[in-house]
Amino acid sequence: MTENLVDIQNITFSRANRIIYDDISIQIPKGKITAIMGPSGIGKTTMLRLIGGQLIPDQGDIKFAGESIPKMSRKHLYQTRKAMSMLFQSGALFTDMSVFDNVAFALREHTPLSESVIKTLVLLKLEAVGLRGAANLMPSELSGGMARRAALARAIALDPELIMYDEPFAGQDPISMGVLVKLIKALSEALSVTSIVVTHDVSEVLDIADYVYILANKKVIGHGTAEQIKASDSKLVQQFLQGQADGPVPFHYPATDLSTQLLGDSL
Amino acid sequence: MNWVVQVGANTLDTIRSFGRAFLMLTGALIAVPQLKNIRLTLQQIYVVGVQSLLIILVSGLFIGMVMALQGYTILVGYGAEGSLGPMVALSLLRELGPVVTALLFAGRAGSALTAEIGLMKATEQLSSLEMMAVDPLRRVVAPRVWAGIISMPMLAIIFSAIGILGGHLVGVDWLGVDSGSYWSIMQATVDWNKDVVNGIIKSIVFAIVVTWIAIFKGYDAVPTSEGISQATTQTVVYSSLAVLGLDFVLTALMFGIN
Amino acid sequence: MTTRKTELMVGFFVILTISATLLLAMKVVNQGFSDNESSYTLYAKFDNIGGLKARSAVKVGGVTVGRVESIYLDPEDFNPVVVLSLSQQYNNFPDTSSVAILTSGLLGEQYIGFQPGFAFDDFVTLADGDYIQDTKSALVLEDLIGQFLFSRDSE
Repeated sequence: MTENLVDIQNITFSRANRIIYDDISIQIPKGKITAIMGPSGIGKTTMLRLIGGQLIPDQGDIKFAGESIPKMSRKHLYQTRKAMSMLFQSGALFTDMSVFDNVAFALREHTPLSESVIKTLVLLKLEAVGLRGAANLMPSELSGGMARRAALARAIALDPELIMYDEPFAGQDPISMGVLVKLIKALSEALSVTSIVVTHDVSEVLDIADYVYILANKKVIGHGTAEQIKASDSKLVQQFLQGQADGPVPFHYPATDLSTQLLGDSL
Repeated sequence: MNWVVQVGANTLDTIRSFGRAFLMLTGALIAVPQLKNIRLTLQQIYVVGVQSLLIILVSGLFIGMVMALQGYTILVGYGAEGSLGPMVALSLLRELGPVVTALLFAGRAGSALTAEIGLMKATEQLSSLEMMAVDPLRRVVAPRVWAGIISMPMLAIIFSAIGILGGHLVGVDWLGVDSGSYWSIMQATVDWNKDVVNGIIKSIVFAIVVTWIAIFKGYDAVPTSEGISQATTQTVVYSSLAVLGLDFVLTALMFGIN
Repeated sequence: MTTRKTELMVGFFVILTISATLLLAMKVVNQGFSDNESSYTLYAKFDNIGGLKARSAVKVGGVTVGRVESIYLDPEDFNPVVVLSLSQQYNNFPDTSSVAILTSGLLGEQYIGFQPGFAFDDFVTLADGDYIQDTKSALVLEDLIGQFLFSRDSE
């Protein structure tokens, strides 16, 4: 519990003059599932891209296994990325390859393994997500949930130390959601990988997460274990957990007073 | 004052996108060639080259035929229908071959490249490659750039050749120009270095420009459906304008001072 | 597998390109007298070269034996000098040969008509760098019309 695989230290990040994070620190403990939650549009995906080194923070530092990601050379960064993998919201399967080739892709790119070994590995990974029978289908023939499971098989192909899930439950039916929850939990335990789950699906993630961060208004507004979060007395956290329409996060987009606008002549 | 600000902002924007385009190209092409990449390039030559072959063959044939028909009606008035051969051959080799091929290529393969790469960006496939420690510039962009640069001159040569045959079909077989004079006066007039090689050089320049624009527009597209459709249109418009403008410059350099 | 089909089609594409290039090289482009074939140079001074250009043909009885290498103006007597590049294959023309600037057809392009002279027993052949003495200038339409009118006047 004390060892952190990813250590985000006081980062500030802004895009197009809009501040997205203001002095945020997050610790991701090794071998655990950490959930990062928050309302839509606060840049949760951005956090994963920062960890993956696709974006560089304005201030602060991000350490992966003790090494600073933003300060890495390009070559070193690519080397480090082999130890992490990311499950994108859309799955991001390569549309011009079959499911099998998608999963085999990283193995073929980064390992000198023979085709027969790759076949064994790929089929095992597909078996783990229950899609061995779909190996020869093209991504366009898969349902959304299956595509995400195939992408998950691809993400674990190189046995990474860190898997980042970007909104794994968004737009899924209850059955697929249940399957994914079970898979994330099982993979985390079986492979003892570190997982980061970015989501706004509260109930699913609270079941599996060992530790939870809630982001809102450019800050971390609460963190702790699932129980600690549920028992939190922060109004903001409670509004988020219970899905109340109005509260500290206002229902209305900031605007001038209604009566002033209606009676005045400016739009 | 506002419009001055606008002009300044637009200029800076344009310069910035040129910079990004240049970085993309150098990032993609400055690399040690690998066997794997040659196979990927081959795959892309199939997509951009072979799949454009039909439209090139059909348009080349018809343009050659139309030129023979039009040229014949004018030349026959001077009793110079024997010059039909060089007229068809020179127009095709110097101008129409490279230019029309580039325009058709921009419409057929260029727009497809933009849409494909734009979609790969929108569906996070490019990001996904990056996270899998595979450089999308080398894996996705480089093979397509090479395939475009290799394919288009090949298509232009085929276009000119089929056009000359089309001219023969109409001029000789239908309108009765003497076959011997069609070929021999053509041979007496057309020069390998001056006409054929210059045409190929033009085509290579167009290939670089069109492929570059197409791939950059996809790579730089706003990753939404609106952004991609806009980028696809821009590819066709920009590369057509670039081809026609460059054609004038190249023609002036090659044939103007003589 | 799809790669096999791809390779087949790309191979077909390459073969098509090569045959198109061959068509251009064999059928479209002049190949009778190429630049790298061994050749020798002769000079001929004319009064007027008309529309003769560099790379125009040099023909003997209709057979192309060489090309015009370049044309320049003699800086001393202001007469145009035509540099002829003739194939080494035809290197025994007597020095009594003459050249004329002729036109193929009524509106065709101009070429050099090379008329080999009589070969006497002790004839001297034209060698690299020689000047051809006997030259006949191009016919200029305006001059012809002028002569015609002049001769009518004097009648």
